[in-house]
Amino acid sequence: MRYLLQRLGHAFFLLIGVSILSFLFTTLAPGTYFDEMRLNPQIAPEMVAALRAQYGVDKPLPVRYASWLNSVFHGEMGFSFAYNSPVAPLLLVRARNTLLLTITATLLAWAISLPLGVWSAERLGRLPDRLLSWGTAALMVIPDLALALGLLVFAVRSGWFPTGGMASVDFETLSPLNKLRDLVLHMILPVTALVLSALPLLVRHVRAAVADVLSAPFLLAAVGHGIPRRTLLYRYALPAAANPLISLFGFSVGALLSGSLLVEVVMSWPGLGPLLMEAILSRDLYVVVGGILFSTLFLVGGNLLADLLLFWADPRIRTESGAR
Amino acid sequence: MIVRRAFTRWLVALAVLHGIVVCAGFFAPYDPVEQDRKNPYLPPMRLHLADAHGHLHARAFVYSLKLREGSFDQYEEDTTEPHPVKFFLRGARYRLLGFLPCQMRLFGVENARIYLLGTDAYGRDQLSRLLFGGQVSLLAGLLGAGITLLIGLSVGSVAGYFGGWRDSLLMRVAELFLALPWLYLLFALRAFLPLAVGPLKAFFLIIAVIGAVGWARPARLVRGVVLSAKERDFVRAARGFGATNRYLLRRHILPQTSSVLLTQAAILIPQYVLAEMTLSFLGLGVPEPVPSWGNLLSSLQQYSVLVSYWWMYLPTVVMVPFFLGYLGLASSLQERGETYKIEGRSVGSLT
Repeated sequence: MRYLLQRLGHAFFLLIGVSILSFLFTTLAPGTYFDEMRLNPQIAPEMVAALRAQYGVDKPLPVRYASWLNSVFHGEMGFSFAYNSPVAPLLLVRARNTLLLTITATLLAWAISLPLGVWSAERLGRLPDRLLSWGTAALMVIPDLALALGLLVFAVRSGWFPTGGMASVDFETLSPLNKLRDLVLHMILPVTALVLSALPLLVRHVRAAVADVLSAPFLLAAVGHGIPRRTLLYRYALPAAANPLISLFGFSVGALLSGSLLVEVVMSWPGLGPLLMEAILSRDLYVVVGGILFSTLFLVGGNLLADLLLFWADPRIRTESGAR
Repeated sequence: MIVRRAFTRWLVALAVLHGIVVCAGFFAPYDPVEQDRKNPYLPPMRLHLADAHGHLHARAFVYSLKLREGSFDQYEEDTTEPHPVKFFLRGARYRLLGFLPCQMRLFGVENARIYLLGTDAYGRDQLSRLLFGGQVSLLAGLLGAGITLLIGLSVGSVAGYFGGWRDSLLMRVAELFLALPWLYLLFALRAFLPLAVGPLKAFFLIIAVIGAVGWARPARLVRGVVLSAKERDFVRAARGFGATNRYLLRRHILPQTSSVLLTQAAILIPQYVLAEMTLSFLGLGVPEPVPSWGNLLSSLQQYSVLVSYWWMYLPTVVMVPFFLGYLGLASSLQERGETYKIEGRSVGSLT
């Protein structure tokens, strides 16, 4: 319990730290959203000055940070100049879409890589194992960008999948079941791109971890007891190899978030990625800060989940924190 | 020994690939910004040995492409005149390595133009742009990795060697940087820097941004090495003889981090080339008309290009060997460090 509270507190301070860091970045910015407004002859200079004062862009950094924190606690997270609305509701919709993509991809990637890695570790050094190693190496050397674009080219030329967005034009008129079908169809391409980019690393780690355990004496003893192969692999070997893999889980969430940023922009999935791009180009400061903060929140959440899993899977951590 | 040989092999392969890119002027048939406005989106030309009449030629040749009758974007081969591919012929002037004035090109055709990877919207040769773009992208990766390793080395050694409050402060900051997904961090840094700048300034800007993103992981690794190195007997002996901190760090401790730094470099460089590609692809990096691997692909963001001009995707195929080389180098280096041995067999390394 204490361990978990400690991790939670740690995560909280990390978030505060990242928000301060991203505010420090904003001071690097050479211009604000209003600079372009000033160039517009149709907007009076007094108007721009009034807007600047209203949004407090001229105030010193600590003041701006304090007022931003205040707005976070009111559930607004600052104000988007371009959308003329609080940032939080804007981000929430996008964040939901990003989460939908990343969670699906994470689950799918692990669901594929666990059996594949175990299967490969069992056949260590034999032909299927070597073929799989070649396959993962091949996937590794294809740049993520090329992978996403390649899938897009494939989809366009085959015409099997929708090539962008999250819903068809007539989405609202569909029955619930068809809505789900439409969503899944739109998800196939981005999720495939994400899974393929994350898969090689996961498979390799699972394989190495399980292969390490497979040569342990206790497994030899288990074989001697005549325990069936499947039970041996999944009930004995995999839990023993779980420790490094759980740490990898937190890491994979981060990698998939980064990957999803790119995939979203390339495949015009309405997630945080395209919003962030737009905000960067129009210097919509608080949207950028908010987007970064949300991505950190997800990553920290993933790591927290990994900590929880570790707590559950590894008795050493439980007893250690209980004894203290 | 085998590991050593693998390392050398990958290094040689990479050196050859980079040599081609460095001498892009020689290997590319044309200048990367030279436009052939009459031939936009030309598909890749095919190399032939047999002509339309069934005659075999000793020298490979190409046909010029002409618009198919009644269409405005469909090309067909003009089979009246074959253009043999000549080697080592005189082409447009260029400067090899940036200063040697040269005219010799590896290959080309006379009285026509050869586009082995097709052309882009302005009729620029994709192959030439790919080779010259490699200069920008690979240099960005190399310099970015250099900056990262420099920051990582100084932060890691200060944290590891001096310890105390410096250590905790630096490692907390490193944790912050690790808590952000790296692409978001890259975007965040890029977001607050000027957007519309000249090519050269943009190039150095993104190198700085890319280099500043990834320092946390190498810093942690260096810190670990320094922590164990400073307690080794010969270091303690040197300290006992009155060696100063500076001398100890430079002479005894930092040399021990070299293998970690080398491995990190092999991992970071391709990752940073990819980062540059991503930024330029999205229009946040090196601007046109200067080619880079990222903005070479950026036309694929248009649906019409995806549908009609599939060869705009071809450059990615040529990029793969570079990434393969770095992956091979990184894994051979890691294997040298820690070999996962099971029943005497090497399982290979994880990258």
